[in-house]
Amino acid sequence: MFHIYCPHCAEYREEEEFHASGQAHIARPLDPEACSDKEWGEYLYFRKNPRGIHHELWVHAAGCRKFFNITRDTQTYEIKEVYKIGEQPSVVAQSGNSK
Amino acid sequence: MQHYSGFGLFKHSLSHHENWQRAWRNPTPKKKYDVIIVGGGGHGLATAYYLAKQFGVTNVAVIEKGYLGGGNTARNTTIVRSNYLWDEAAHLYEHAMKLWEGLSQDLNYNVMFSQRGVLNLGHTLQDMRDIERRVNANRLNGVDGEVLDPQQIKEIVPHMDCSENTRYPIMGASWQPRGGVARHDAVAWGFARGADSHGVDLIQQTEVTDLIIEDGTVVGVKTNRYGDIKADRVGCVVAGNSSVLAKKAGFELPLESHPLQALVSEPIKPVLDTVVMSNHVHGYVSQSDKGDLVIGAGIDGYNGYGQRGSFPTIEHTVQAIVELFPMFSRVRMNRQWGGIVDTCPDACPIISDTPVKNLFFNCGWGTGGFKATPGSGNVFAASLAKGEMHELAKPFSMFRFHDGALIDEHGAAGVAH
Ligand SMILES: Cc1cc2nc3c(=O)[nH]c(=O)nc-3n(C[C@H](O)[C@H](O)[C@H](O)COP(=O)(O)OP(=O)(O)OC[C@H]3O[C@@H](n4cnc5c(N)ncnc54)[C@H](O)[C@@H]3O)c2cc1C
Ligand SMILES: [Zn+2]
Repeated sequence: MFHIYCPHCAEYREEEEFHASGQAHIARPLDPEACSDKEWGEYLYFRKNPRGIHHELWVHAAGCRKFFNITRDTQTYEIKEVYKIGEQPSVVAQSGNSK
Repeated sequence: MQHYSGFGLFKHSLSHHENWQRAWRNPTPKKKYDVIIVGGGGHGLATAYYLAKQFGVTNVAVIEKGYLGGGNTARNTTIVRSNYLWDEAAHLYEHAMKLWEGLSQDLNYNVMFSQRGVLNLGHTLQDMRDIERRVNANRLNGVDGEVLDPQQIKEIVPHMDCSENTRYPIMGASWQPRGGVARHDAVAWGFARGADSHGVDLIQQTEVTDLIIEDGTVVGVKTNRYGDIKADRVGCVVAGNSSVLAKKAGFELPLESHPLQALVSEPIKPVLDTVVMSNHVHGYVSQSDKGDLVIGAGIDGYNGYGQRGSFPTIEHTVQAIVELFPMFSRVRMNRQWGGIVDTCPDACPIISDTPVKNLFFNCGWGTGGFKATPGSGNVFAASLAKGEMHELAKPFSMFRFHDGALIDEHGAAGVAH
């Protein structure tokens, strides 16, 4: 069971209050009409899915209902940091990991 | 290979079963193969078996980082059915179903395939509309199916609460009589033994750490135990680990790896002789020949490679089962475990060529690929043998996520499996 710190509520709450919404930092193409099928398909469906450090979007669904980001290790499940939308992660994968 | 038979069993009983031959060799790999299969789960082993047996490609190695069948193949809840909605999926899963029906004979190995029928329950009006639609589609595709009302369901599963006094009363179900269960580790072992007997090298405890790619063409794999091994073609069948290998080959897949859990109870007397699944209350259950209830449900919402699942998911699962079978509320659970499933956005697999020449992936089976094991191996073997995708596999290309030709099976995959 995760114990997750919500940066908006400034409190630790149990996993069940939250909902994981997948990979973070996916920017919607500014001009969708100009995208090739490949670019649009990759925006919609292709994901990083690493074994190790991952940046994820979570929502405090049964709390303040606000979104935020988590950096988490998908192997050990350790939560490395929590940060707000618009901020950048301070913990990132080693280059060997992101080859 | 020693042929298994009733007579053989009797003969070996005279020597206290101490002289059985090993089921497969434990070879040191050669320097080069025609085809390397990465991943010794059911799908990888089935691929190797059909490559050697049906397509005459015998210079094949299966490279497995752990032990054969130690991935999702022997972690699943063993449900087999083929009642998928869309033509492409129905044809693929029905191809598998037909192979299941002769598999024990073909492999000379008892995979304990038991066609005890599968019920998919409906609890809402929309559930029932979807069920009607799916059963009709199934019948048009030659897949057996019927729509049952609560009275008919009660006759098949007398212990289930089919009354109107529940939170989500059962309004009906789809029923596939040819569906059922099989013994999952026997499936891995049967295919392994069959592949080995046709000359395939099964290399266990060996991880593929990288793919060797020259000028956009794969020419072999790097391993942690035997260094580089060359190959003309490489097929990756590594389920939850697919994204990790794809990244090494330089591309992304539309997959996310999630933990999926199952649990089994203490053995109890026979109480359930079919498979019950419900998308709506989100659980499914069958009873093994040993007597334990085999229970499963949803994935954890977050990505994970930890082969364990979260407690809230177990709680949710058990709630659903007790809603359906109040009498199970006092049954104790014996064991619980997780597997890492590679879920795909349209709940259909990827059986595909890739941006790298001669490199093929068979993945994305997510929560429901056990039922497809023989069919998946069969069409993937055909594709690897010819270097061109099999007709049944073509719609499952990874490039469908570029051109938009998705095959949305969320309804039929539902609670998965
Ligand atoms: C709890 C649970 C319940 C399920 N229930 C059902 C069900 O009822 N019905 C159904 O149809 N499906 C079910 N499934 C899904 C089904 O188990 C899978 O879709 C199917 O078994 C996948 O088979 P596979 O051979 O592709 O993968 P796996 O059996 O996972 O095999 C992949 C193999 O690749 C190996 N590997 C990975 N990376 C490497 C590497 N780098 N080098 C070498 N080897 C590597 C792994 O060790 C593993 O043995 C369930 C899954 C789970 C987890
Ligand atoms: Zn909050």
